[in-house]
Amino acid sequence: MNPAVMTAPNETLVYARPQSLADCYTHYCPGCTHGTAHRLVAEVLDELGLRERTILVASVGCSVFAYNYFNVDACEAPHGRAPAMATGIKRVNPNNIVFTYQGDGDLASIGMGEVIHAAARGENITIIFLNNATYGMTGGQMAPTTLPGQKTSSSPQGRDVAMTGYPLHMAELLGSLPGTAYSVRRSLHDARHVIQAKKAIRTAFEVQMANKGFSVVELLSSCPTNWGMTPEQSLTWIKEQMVPVYPLGDFKV
Amino acid sequence: MAKGRVVIDVERCKGCELCRPACPQDVLFLADDLNSKGYRPVILLDPNHDCTGCALCATVCPDGCITVYREIPAKKAVREPALA
Repeated sequence: MNPAVMTAPNETLVYARPQSLADCYTHYCPGCTHGTAHRLVAEVLDELGLRERTILVASVGCSVFAYNYFNVDACEAPHGRAPAMATGIKRVNPNNIVFTYQGDGDLASIGMGEVIHAAARGENITIIFLNNATYGMTGGQMAPTTLPGQKTSSSPQGRDVAMTGYPLHMAELLGSLPGTAYSVRRSLHDARHVIQAKKAIRTAFEVQMANKGFSVVELLSSCPTNWGMTPEQSLTWIKEQMVPVYPLGDFKV
Repeated sequence: MAKGRVVIDVERCKGCELCRPACPQDVLFLADDLNSKGYRPVILLDPNHDCTGCALCATVCPDGCITVYREIPAKKAVREPALA
C-alpha cells in the first residue's frame, strides 16, 4: 500500500508516515483534521517509544474506528465513558500509557460527568479531545460546543443562546480542577499550529509518564462536510470564527 | 537553497488539497486522473526542482500520504578520497 521508503544515497528522509499509525485507509472525509490529530498522536508515540505499552480507549463519534487506525492495543468504550474505562485500565496496569481519543459530542455532552470526575480524581490518563463544534458522525447537529449563531442541521437559523445556552470551554473547565496536571487548547488550522499541537500532545504524554496526573489536549478541528465548506475554507473558518471563541492557550501546566 | 522531493501515496490521497496552500514553492497540483477510490490525488510537478523538502505539506496532510526527502548539500556529502 505505502510506497516503499527509498532514500537515495545523497538525500535524507525528512518525513515519513509514523509507525504507530496503521497502514490502512481511514473513513474520514477528505480534509478532516481527525487524520491530522491521529498522525500527531502516532508521531508522539513513536518519538517517545511508547507504542508497545500504550492502550487506546476509543470513543463514539467519527473517531469510533480509532482502534483500527493505531498500531496500539485498544478497546472501545460506550458513548462518553472512555475516561471511566481508561481509569480502570490505568489503575489495573499502572505501567501502561493509557489515552482516550474523544470528540466534542462524546466528551462534552454525554461524557461530561465521566471526564469531570476523572479529572477531579486526578487519574493519570491522557485525553485527546477534538472540538469541531458539531456532531460529525450523525449529520452535523448542534453540539454543546457549537458557536453562538452557528448554523447546524438542528439549528438551521443559527444557535440561539437564549434558547440553547452557550458553548462549553472544556480546556478551561478541566484546567480549573486541582486533579488536572496539564490542560491546553491548540488548533490544527495551519502548519504552525499543527506543530504546536504536536508539542502539546507530547507534553501531555510526558506528564502521564511522570505520573503527574490528568492531562488533556483540546484540538480545534474542522468538519468540512457538515459545515458545508471546502477543506481549505473550513480551516479559515477555524481561524476566523472558532479561535476567537475558543482562545488558544495553556490553562494548567 | 536546499533541494528536496516528496513522494505522495496517490491511493491514500483524498484530494483535500490542504497541502497546496501550505506549500511555499507551489509545486503540488491535482492530478487529472482518479485513484481507485475516485479522488483526484495531489501530485508533485516540479520541473525546475523548486521543492526544498521543508515538509510543511506532510505536516498538514490529514492522511499521512506524503514522504519527504531532502538532498544532502554536496559539500557535506561524503566524497571519494582524491587520488594522489
